[in-house]
Amino acid sequence: MDIAASTPALARRLRVHALRMVAASRSSHIGSCLSMADLLAVLYGGVLRFRPDEPGWPDRDRVVVSKGHAAAIVYAVLAESGYFPIERLEGYGRDGQPLSGHVTHSGNPGVEVSSGSLGHGLSIAAGFALAGLRKKRPMRAFALLSDGECDEGSTWEAALFAPHNRLSNLVAIIDYNKIQSFGRVEDVLALEPFADKWRAFGWAVREIDGHDHAAIHDALKRPEPSERPIAILAHTVKGKGVSFMENDLLWHYRPPSPEQLVAAIAEVEAVG
Amino acid sequence: MRTAFIETLIEAARRDDDIFLLNADLGFSVLEPFAAEFPDRYVNVGVSEQNLIGVAAGLALSGFKVFVYSIGNFPTQRCLEQIRVDVCYHQAHVVVAAVGGGFSYGAQGYTHHAIEDFAVMRALPGMRVMAPGDPHETRALTRHLAEIPGPGYIRLGRAGEPVVHAAPLAVPPIAPIHMREGDDVVLLSTGGILTEAVAAADRLAEGGIGVRLLSVPVLKPLDAAAVLDAISGFALVATIEEHSEIGGLRDTIAPLLAMRGTRTRLLPFAVGDGATRGVILSQEAMRAHCGIDAASIAAGIRAALGA
Repeated sequence: MDIAASTPALARRLRVHALRMVAASRSSHIGSCLSMADLLAVLYGGVLRFRPDEPGWPDRDRVVVSKGHAAAIVYAVLAESGYFPIERLEGYGRDGQPLSGHVTHSGNPGVEVSSGSLGHGLSIAAGFALAGLRKKRPMRAFALLSDGECDEGSTWEAALFAPHNRLSNLVAIIDYNKIQSFGRVEDVLALEPFADKWRAFGWAVREIDGHDHAAIHDALKRPEPSERPIAILAHTVKGKGVSFMENDLLWHYRPPSPEQLVAAIAEVEAVG
Repeated sequence: MRTAFIETLIEAARRDDDIFLLNADLGFSVLEPFAAEFPDRYVNVGVSEQNLIGVAAGLALSGFKVFVYSIGNFPTQRCLEQIRVDVCYHQAHVVVAAVGGGFSYGAQGYTHHAIEDFAVMRALPGMRVMAPGDPHETRALTRHLAEIPGPGYIRLGRAGEPVVHAAPLAVPPIAPIHMREGDDVVLLSTGGILTEAVAAADRLAEGGIGVRLLSVPVLKPLDAAAVLDAISGFALVATIEEHSEIGGLRDTIAPLLAMRGTRTRLLPFAVGDGATRGVILSQEAMRAHCGIDAASIAAGIRAALGA
């Protein structure tokens, strides 16, 4: 099977899982989940080296999901990748279940680190990358960031650190959906010229459509030998795939009603 | 103390290929020997403490035993949440070493006084909190923190603290160390202020007061049984620390006494809340200002005993 060719179907399944999980638990952040569905599908479906039956495999690629509020779809991709049964997703956000509303490693194979407080992940991923280089292991480290968390000074501490230390095995993927917690990024705290900022810090910058699987795959694949870490600015749409959620801040908070869930799943499944 | 720390860490790194040292651009004239001998296990991350801890966590979760080194409050309070989440939640083997504990930096001022570190670090889940009283304690605890996995914090003084113990410690002083024996009062001291506690004990002994003196370098996990055993039968116990009265040794011992229903009175010697604001003094003079120098300790105990 051509793994890369299967990623659109995986992305559809991830969207459906996340919609169901968020609706059932009456929780937030479905918009943040949907905007990164395609990034996760290509990453796990066609790029990462990992062994779900051996989560501690030393040479595995590391993924740090720094935007830990998009937990539902992260758990969904781990379940789809074989780390734990799909049925576990039904317990998302429920008492006594392992899947909390922000990404949690405890009891969940495949989750490298817990997150939920913004601005932590890029440093941790840099630590993974540094360890890989110093231990001469072939692994790569990927950090998934929100645009909003690029407000955090700590993100830029890590952005300075990685190129200086030639972390060529580090990839920062920014889910640039242009909407943060209180409004549009450009209104809350503008990031533009965003690509120039990463470039000026010493990163090899790739700017892509974060919903174009071929473009994502091309950007994520192992680069030509270089000393620079890679920053992928993935232009995305918050709520992507569900027309009434797209580009609407409300869906950072609101869970779909039962009727909206049916409509949303129908839309997602009608694609492709 | 910082010399004892780095020498011990170098010895540990010679035995163990997984020891890694990070610093946030502090440690000039201290860390160079480690960097020279183990260039592949050393990085100066620059002036960026949040990144310091995040990188340390990533290294530790990859199998390294990571020591991070900086001054005073910088590697604790500046990056507190990174320690709480990235290190403690994952029980990563990251040891935060803060040089310049208490008033070590004296007249350098308020920013450099590390007097809330015990309170802050004790509150973190699974964090081991240690404050050696002299270079021998420093060596033993540094070895311990390198060997036993999990988060740790060690408060160091600066260079040149006197050796208090007569000989190196054979085992890490997880239990308090008995240093003087007497029948009238128990002194519990933590960290570099041990020298003041010893001097206070000497003054009291000269006045005929019997002092049992213990160094308590491990605040968490506290060996509560050993402390209670040491206090048993005494009417008065004094805690001595170069730390805010809130959340340090006093507040480690007080609940023990209360919960066990002992009738022992607790007399704390600690820094009063806000007592240092706007006060520019050397370490020695600041200790006197705060009532935690040997003379103040001896006078306070005499008064409490009605002696």
